[in-house]
Amino acid sequence: MDATLRSYIRKIKMDQIITTYCHLHDNRVIVNDRLIFYQENIVKFADLLKSVYKQEQITYPKFYKMDILSKLGFIAAELVLKDNKLEGYLPEDVGVVMSNSSSSLDTDIAHNETIRDRSSYFPSPSVFVYTLPNIVIGEVCIRHKIKGENAFLISETFSSNLLFSYVNELFANGRVKACLCGWVEVMGNTSDAMVALVENTGRDLQASVTGFKPLQFNVDNLNLIMTRN
Amino acid sequence: MEKEMGRLTRVDGMKPVYILNDSIISSLGFSTAENVAAIEQGAIGIRSVTDPALFPRPMMLSPVDTGRLNAKFDEVLQFLKKSTPPESFTRLEKMFIVSIHDALKEQVVAPGNSRTLLVISTTKGNVDLLEDRYKAIFSHKRLYLWELGRIIQQFFGFSNPPLIISNACISGIVAMMTASRFMQSGAYDHAVVTGGDIASEFVISGFQSFQSLSLTACKPFDLNRTGLSLGEGCGTMVISVHKPGSAGAAIRVTGAATSNDANHISGPSRTGEELSSAINSAIKQADLTAKDISYISAHGTATLFNDEMESKAIELSGLGHVPVNSLKGYWGHTLGAAGIIESAASVAAMKKNMLFRSAGFETPGVPGSINVISNQQQAEVNTVLKTASGFGGCNAAIIYQKD
Repeated sequence: MDATLRSYIRKIKMDQIITTYCHLHDNRVIVNDRLIFYQENIVKFADLLKSVYKQEQITYPKFYKMDILSKLGFIAAELVLKDNKLEGYLPEDVGVVMSNSSSSLDTDIAHNETIRDRSSYFPSPSVFVYTLPNIVIGEVCIRHKIKGENAFLISETFSSNLLFSYVNELFANGRVKACLCGWVEVMGNTSDAMVALVENTGRDLQASVTGFKPLQFNVDNLNLIMTRN
Repeated sequence: MEKEMGRLTRVDGMKPVYILNDSIISSLGFSTAENVAAIEQGAIGIRSVTDPALFPRPMMLSPVDTGRLNAKFDEVLQFLKKSTPPESFTRLEKMFIVSIHDALKEQVVAPGNSRTLLVISTTKGNVDLLEDRYKAIFSHKRLYLWELGRIIQQFFGFSNPPLIISNACISGIVAMMTASRFMQSGAYDHAVVTGGDIASEFVISGFQSFQSLSLTACKPFDLNRTGLSLGEGCGTMVISVHKPGSAGAAIRVTGAATSNDANHISGPSRTGEELSSAINSAIKQADLTAKDISYISAHGTATLFNDEMESKAIELSGLGHVPVNSLKGYWGHTLGAAGIIESAASVAAMKKNMLFRSAGFETPGVPGSINVISNQQQAEVNTVLKTASGFGGCNAAIIYQKD
């Protein structure tokens, strides 16, 4: 498919590492290879997110106002960035690059329900504002005071080539010193989130305190953590 | 050789990125030339529209002419000898196809070339297909932006899958920026960058619920501005690492950056510092200073807070003296198309050495000290700064420069 992109990737320098990652899928949450949350019989995905929020003792009332896509990205970013992982970075040196398949379609359908019937036509700004996929980036930026590069990319399925090459370019040209990147997908009852913190080598030591050996930031490792269950 | 420049390290050896051709579709016309001629004559495409399928009451809108769109689309089908029935394409797909065809008609780059990238910018894609009236005609799959991308890719035979950007109102600039970056670093040699959005009941009802729609044609930067006017649009820019052979100075993309306010998801920064930071990064990357900028094509939606924020950001970046306009007074806010069509119009301003009047602006009404263009005038336009900001707190800036 994207042979041109792949041949470009084979030639570029890779100097970054994934110091922390989170994969949130079905009824489980994995952070740096460790299962930190598991719950059987989850009926609604929103309930799972709420349970993780409680388990992790997060206090951020705005969480409850978010749509599911933003809640998902918010929780994943929260788990990745806890313990002040961004300490020492200037807000404008940190980027956020996210991707997914359905854009904000899940919430689009919710907004559409408020206008379908002219006799009960009640579009609401609090729903409408979430009908853009990059709002999740905005929520994460507000929470963690991130002011650098941001972009939301759409692909049918997770594209490690696209995500890697986009973020690699940001580092290669000094546009970021740290970057959150990943996949945040919600559609009906299916959802999947992977968020990774990418940093320049040299941050290895701090990360390894938790027992997790940072991974080289490359396509294979993005695919690997995306399939960690 | 690397030169330290604060946030950005300029890496020498980056390939130059030239603008080869462009196209604009809006209420004002179906090519860049038609649109620019209309703007020069002071034509305003925003008008009162009564269409119960879009909104229960009359509203101000800048719509693309449906009859002409369909006629243009049929011409494209005939020209390319396609037997696909026109009704199998959505309104937005037709706009994208007509615009890309217009931009590619001089065969500036080949879609099938493996070194050509297609980049698509849209905020809502085929969101109108959520309406019950379309359910029997188009499949649910068509609501996905990658499916929209696949249809455009297949129509023209692009060999690479499209790169799709959906980043609110900065999408168009992010698309241009992303294509340029991939070309500067050698991943691709050419790119067709296209952006579009339609007026839908979905989007109109949403902006209405925010009470952000103006009851008159919008008035960017004016004291009496009361909100934005929505518009339909689609634009395409064809860019390449190869210098165009045409006469006149070649125009390049020389810098671009994004930033986030980290303040509010639906309201802009109070200070404008974050947009200013994106502007400064883009200018530095282009190896320029604020003094070098000849003209700013601002976002200028004409909402109270957007225009306030932008004026502060422009002043903060030391650009308060630079002539600035918003083209949204002509064709409204075209969302995912805005960054592309306003970039194409900026390129026209450079070629013509012309500064277009900021339509709707009469009385200064923003806190930042800025130089809004109130009369059309000839001027050297060598370096343009184009900016945008959007929901989610995102900001973007891009620099176009004559060689």
